[in-house]
Amino acid sequence: MSTNILEMRSITKSFPGVKALQDVTLEVARGEVHAICGENGAGKSTLMKVLSGVYAHGSYTGDIAFEDEVVEFKDIRDSESKGIVIIHQELALSPYLSIAENIFLNNEVRGFGGLIDWNKTNSEAAKLLARVGLTESPTTRVLDIGVGKQQLVEIAKALSKRVKLLILDEPTAALNDDDSAHLLDLIVHLKGQGITSIIISHKLNEIKQIADTVTIIRDGKAIETIPKQDVSEERIIKDMVGRDLEHRYPDHTPHIGEEVLRVENWTAHHPQDGTRVIVDNVNINVKKGEIVGIAGLMGAGRTEFAMSLFGRTYGSRISGKVFKYGKEIQTRTVAEAIENGIAYATEDRKTYGLNLIEDIKRNISMASLGKLSRFGLVNDNEEFKVANEYRASMNIKSPTVLALAGKLSGGNQQKVVLSKWIQADPDVLILDEPTRGIDVGAKYEIYTIINKLAAQGKGIIVISSELPELLGICDRIYALSEGRITGEVPIAEATPESILKLMTMEAPH
Amino acid sequence: MTNNQNQVAAKSGTMPSRAAVAFSHVLADLGKNGIFIALVAVIVLFAFLTDGILLRPQNISNLIVQNGYILILAIGMVMVIVAGHIDLSVGSVAAFVGAISGVFAVNMALPWYIAIFLSLLVGALVGAWQGFWIAYVGIPAFIVTLAGMLIFRGLALVVLGNANIGSFPAEYRALGNGFLTDVFGEFPVDPLTMGLAFIAVVAFIVQQVRTRRGRQSYSQEVEPLAWFVGKMVLVAVGVGFFAYALATFKGVPITLIVLAVLVMIYGILTNRSVFGRHIYAIGGNRHAAELSGVKTRKVDFYIFVHMGVLAALAGLVFTARLNLAGPKAGDGFELEAISAAFIGGAAVRGGVGTIGGAIIGGLIIGVLNNGMSILGIGIEWQQAVKGFVLLLAVAFDVFNKRRAGGREA
Repeated sequence: MSTNILEMRSITKSFPGVKALQDVTLEVARGEVHAICGENGAGKSTLMKVLSGVYAHGSYTGDIAFEDEVVEFKDIRDSESKGIVIIHQELALSPYLSIAENIFLNNEVRGFGGLIDWNKTNSEAAKLLARVGLTESPTTRVLDIGVGKQQLVEIAKALSKRVKLLILDEPTAALNDDDSAHLLDLIVHLKGQGITSIIISHKLNEIKQIADTVTIIRDGKAIETIPKQDVSEERIIKDMVGRDLEHRYPDHTPHIGEEVLRVENWTAHHPQDGTRVIVDNVNINVKKGEIVGIAGLMGAGRTEFAMSLFGRTYGSRISGKVFKYGKEIQTRTVAEAIENGIAYATEDRKTYGLNLIEDIKRNISMASLGKLSRFGLVNDNEEFKVANEYRASMNIKSPTVLALAGKLSGGNQQKVVLSKWIQADPDVLILDEPTRGIDVGAKYEIYTIINKLAAQGKGIIVISSELPELLGICDRIYALSEGRITGEVPIAEATPESILKLMTMEAPH
Repeated sequence: MTNNQNQVAAKSGTMPSRAAVAFSHVLADLGKNGIFIALVAVIVLFAFLTDGILLRPQNISNLIVQNGYILILAIGMVMVIVAGHIDLSVGSVAAFVGAISGVFAVNMALPWYIAIFLSLLVGALVGAWQGFWIAYVGIPAFIVTLAGMLIFRGLALVVLGNANIGSFPAEYRALGNGFLTDVFGEFPVDPLTMGLAFIAVVAFIVQQVRTRRGRQSYSQEVEPLAWFVGKMVLVAVGVGFFAYALATFKGVPITLIVLAVLVMIYGILTNRSVFGRHIYAIGGNRHAAELSGVKTRKVDFYIFVHMGVLAALAGLVFTARLNLAGPKAGDGFELEAISAAFIGGAAVRGGVGTIGGAIIGGLIIGVLNNGMSILGIGIEWQQAVKGFVLLLAVAFDVFNKRRAGGREA
């Protein structure tokens, strides 16, 4: 038996007009954690789809050898029967079914007469849950557990299929730091049980932490494979973007002016359960030209704070005061908030930010149609011109502004969202996870845009779960814990440790 | 692979010949107007099968008058569907308003214009009623309008009180079977009809040229001049033929005038107005629209008010045509209107659809009805064929989208 569990040799996969993979060779050693890095669109997902049989044998050239045997998968069931299981970024669980039902979906535990044996289903599920460190009852509905735990259910499901090679596509993208850490521990733990993992990730610190080997893919080619001892973030980034990124964050000299926005005693309750306080007496302010960060764990109430402020789009029983340039304003509806110069770019572009079946142009004009119209009629030509200006200034990569938003990469989608809000000409921009799911190169561009907006005298609030990002671009950081502000730190005094301590401290009551 | 499309486009952008560019425009236009070509195909097919009876002046005139109310409903239905809703009640509402108009115009003998105005007002109130439950209470449109289907059918029967109302005033009846003709005396080819057609064509060309100029002045890409002119000529010939047919028969049906005005108003409303943009935004992604400041509830509400008025108008036209408000009026209208919208390219999930498409979809159904009737095909087979056409049209649409890469959601 060779030391490699998997060898993909000279894989080339073409789509009409484009080579998605060119002569890619990937060797994964038995029992290792192998990370694959690359920008969005580099070909990582395509490679994994070739491996798992989503692209059937014959639609690509090259060989795949799994456990020293050349395999020709026709579909996903084929690869799963050999013990290769892929867990996609978007979880494939059915929310209204129980954990156990999800684990054994399409793989049901049959008993007498081919009917489902529920007792055995639930007891088997409980054993699998124990292996991934979940204490939930197998009969709990998936809907009722958090994303982090859902991810673990996916892994339990993979274990039920006697997985030998586990492929995780961006497993921690939607997880907070605690859940991420738990998941990474679990991957290492499974390694101890002889399960090999391939992990696709954007998060370089995670890769450094758990990967035994890293393969970098760029433009459909495997650039290099680096063993653990030689892995450094700089080297990975350099390979990924094909150039040195001297700094990950652009330089930013703040010109901070008078106070633009002040929020006083802002409190919001859970939308269904009016007794649960989600945002608790929050006081913050932003000045002209200032970039203010809000750091907090998932569930700390960051997004809830922003959305309750922005037209009360979250929560119930909301109270507190908002002042702009010292004058009290109302933000009871989104339209009112926009009118009063506040914009909020959501953390979830696809669900809340964009109309994916509409073109770039119409997405950009969405929040400012009033400005582009007369007597209720939209000036199409003006709209086109405005959209083209943003396409140029924001470097949105698309053939024309008539391309559908759904066809763009994450980074370009985010630029469209930002264009929409800049076009609305707000005084304060609240950016919720502005670089989530975006590759390194595009992140730098987004940071540059943020700096430019600050330089124009806008007040910027950045909500992020990536501490380095906040430390890299902000002038001042608020820490939020359990819905309360637990501290305010000027950037000069901020360290990852100090912020993290504030983020995780029990909020004083 | 989100980048593929862009890369393909970038690659094919390496200095293509002018002919290739022109050809790609023609192809793109054909692709976009596939449904229009389907209409032409259906017309040609039935013209052939019926030995030309389909294209006789009288029949062409009938086609418009017989389908007018479905087309009016289709205009409203496409907006409802684009916003991600459905309206099952339009047939019942049409019957209800038809009955009420009978009370106004016949039983109470109000002047015809007041009767019509009040009837449309009732339609608006019905729409507001349904819009309230859908937009502000948050009950799915399917349920609200299913209830409405029963409620307004029932109320129509109540209003009629087990009897038909007939003998409407002549001005009222004109809505359904009146013609605008012989204003300048009698001619074999009515000059008024031809004159109106001429004005319509000129107005259309002027509007197209202005749009083209506007785009050029903002340095947007426009189609090659030859294809542009070609299209204008095709439109002129098509309208000319159509008008000639009407002019040698009875002239311009009032129903057609009503329809033309509606298409113009709602074409502008959906294409150019902020309200129209909001409809598409809501249908494409309700959350995103809401977080962009669109007052989604208000938009939903007004869509149903519009639909109520249009359903009322359809009821008036239908009642006027039969000169009778009866309990079975409007039966199955909702299904024909919904079919028209979907055949015309509206998406089941919302966000996509056009007035023009719905009108063409409605005409396809109309030509099928009419052609098969001429051929003496029974109502049972007509139903089945229409069902097949709906299925095929939507399947074709799905196939087309998949080939184009589909939507990534």
